[in-house]
Amino acid sequence: MTMLEEAKEKWTGAINEVVIGATKAEGGTRAAGVTIGGDKSLPFMHYEAPIKNRPIVALEVWDREPDDWPQPLMEALGDAVKSPVAWAKKGIEEFGADLICLKLMSTHPDFGDATAKDAVQTVKAVLAATSAPLIIWGCEHDEKDNEVLPRCSEAAKGEKCLMGVVTEDNYKTLVASCIADGHSLIGLSPIDINIAKQINILVMEMGFPANRIVMYPTTGALGYGLEYCYSIQERGRVAALSGDKMMAMPVICMVGQEAWHAKEARAPKEEAPDWGDEKTRGLFWEIATAVALLEAGSDILVLRHPAAIKATKDTINKLMA
Amino acid sequence: MFVIGERINGMFTDISQAIAAKDKKPVQAMAEKQLSAGADALDLNVGTKVPKAERAQVMQWLVEATREVTAKPLAIDTPSLEIMRLAVAAASAKGSAIINSTTGQQDKLEAFMKLAKEFNAGIIGLAIDEKGVAATAEAKVEIGMRTIAAAMEAGVSTENVYLDPITLPINCNQAAPGIMLETIRQFKLLSDPAPHVVIGLSNLSQGASERGLINQIFLVMAIVAGLDASIHDPLDEELTDAMITAELLLNKTIYSDSYLKAYRQK
Repeated sequence: MTMLEEAKEKWTGAINEVVIGATKAEGGTRAAGVTIGGDKSLPFMHYEAPIKNRPIVALEVWDREPDDWPQPLMEALGDAVKSPVAWAKKGIEEFGADLICLKLMSTHPDFGDATAKDAVQTVKAVLAATSAPLIIWGCEHDEKDNEVLPRCSEAAKGEKCLMGVVTEDNYKTLVASCIADGHSLIGLSPIDINIAKQINILVMEMGFPANRIVMYPTTGALGYGLEYCYSIQERGRVAALSGDKMMAMPVICMVGQEAWHAKEARAPKEEAPDWGDEKTRGLFWEIATAVALLEAGSDILVLRHPAAIKATKDTINKLMA
Repeated sequence: MFVIGERINGMFTDISQAIAAKDKKPVQAMAEKQLSAGADALDLNVGTKVPKAERAQVMQWLVEATREVTAKPLAIDTPSLEIMRLAVAAASAKGSAIINSTTGQQDKLEAFMKLAKEFNAGIIGLAIDEKGVAATAEAKVEIGMRTIAAAMEAGVSTENVYLDPITLPINCNQAAPGIMLETIRQFKLLSDPAPHVVIGLSNLSQGASERGLINQIFLVMAIVAGLDASIHDPLDEELTDAMITAELLLNKTIYSDSYLKAYRQK
């Protein structure tokens, strides 16, 4: 019998490796850093190239108690949501997240307008409470972020945090801070591959190293444009593997945020009696979205529900086995 | 596109003077200039002013000078097997080499392919054989086929083979560019994976007016036909912009507002 040769794609490029978190020896206080990226093939194509770094899972933590998250999600998180420190600690110690994604929601002028000083205190407290690497995410209000994030960056100097977000119209302030304080950066593009590439070019033109950039091409939840997001991510990855260095950045996806926006995830039982148990419906929505985006080539998945973290990590383990 | 910078060539006065004065600096500066303009490899040619007896030594010197500033592939441009061997060996000590070139006579093909195999070098096969430059697409493709066969025989992967349909000056033979385009299309069908196709672009406009325009337009036409490598002057910004834009329009690269800059930042 003749054996058919496996058809293997020969890629010339690779995804950049980005390290988040610095240990004491590296100038920070984290127990260990985590490395993402480095892929030399499409996701989980182990037979084409060994996968050096597995995708990682972050827990989304806010600096204020969310007031419109659905009941089943709030129940699963418990009282921890009242304090970002407790929330982050629980995320690492109980839920098994690899790192924390701290969103400084309270600094938004419409959600409390907390000061830069408040934000710095929160960042410091979260860094002190857990030894896991940290993502620091602004409130996505340009002016306020430009005031708050440089201070947070300075406060976390040397910790090699991942900070976000920069956009095509607002990047200079945060890029300068991250250069000065040694952090990595998240570039946000609105499901637009051309803009994703443009942001990388603009940021690198300021002298920012390519291996400290992570792309956030924005995420769609299951039923809300997930297929389109998948295609965009896949196209970017194919371009990167084909040698486009301006697309060779790892990708972060805000899965929890998008999945819990979907009405299928949120609707209480009385509104949608045929849609199944509301306790698990939103959770499943989040898991389904996460797993699809894993296959698209996501390197960091930011989740909300503890059971979604466990299920996604189990899936990663299976895909890596 | 795999761009092989043509500027380190004794035909150019600055390089010829550097060779005569044994001054590495202008050669190294030219290497760096071409690479920062986006060249993927550098062609090295001693030119015709150097007496034959000294060519091996001068080529070695060019390799040495260039290798001091880059590990990128060096295309050794000489018809002499002896000089080729010395220079390919020297270039391969730090990085890779491209044999530029072999013609399609059986004995030449065998000797040069053996060298390519030995050093895992790229090799450019010209559409020329004992009868001279092949004039028709059929004749060019036949030589291309022989080249691929010789590569397979020698164990050289077709991914290391660059077929060159031979560029003739437009003011000598106006039918030639059309024949080249047809040849490029057919070259790409010769094997799977397809061989690379390369041209020595500047020869097309040799002695003509509007050299820049002729080079630009033909490079774009050839890219559409399947060309994926070219020996030309990467410092010609308009030519480079035309090339980048052609690849963009063929959906080979992803658009961004700064796509011209993105290419040069690679």
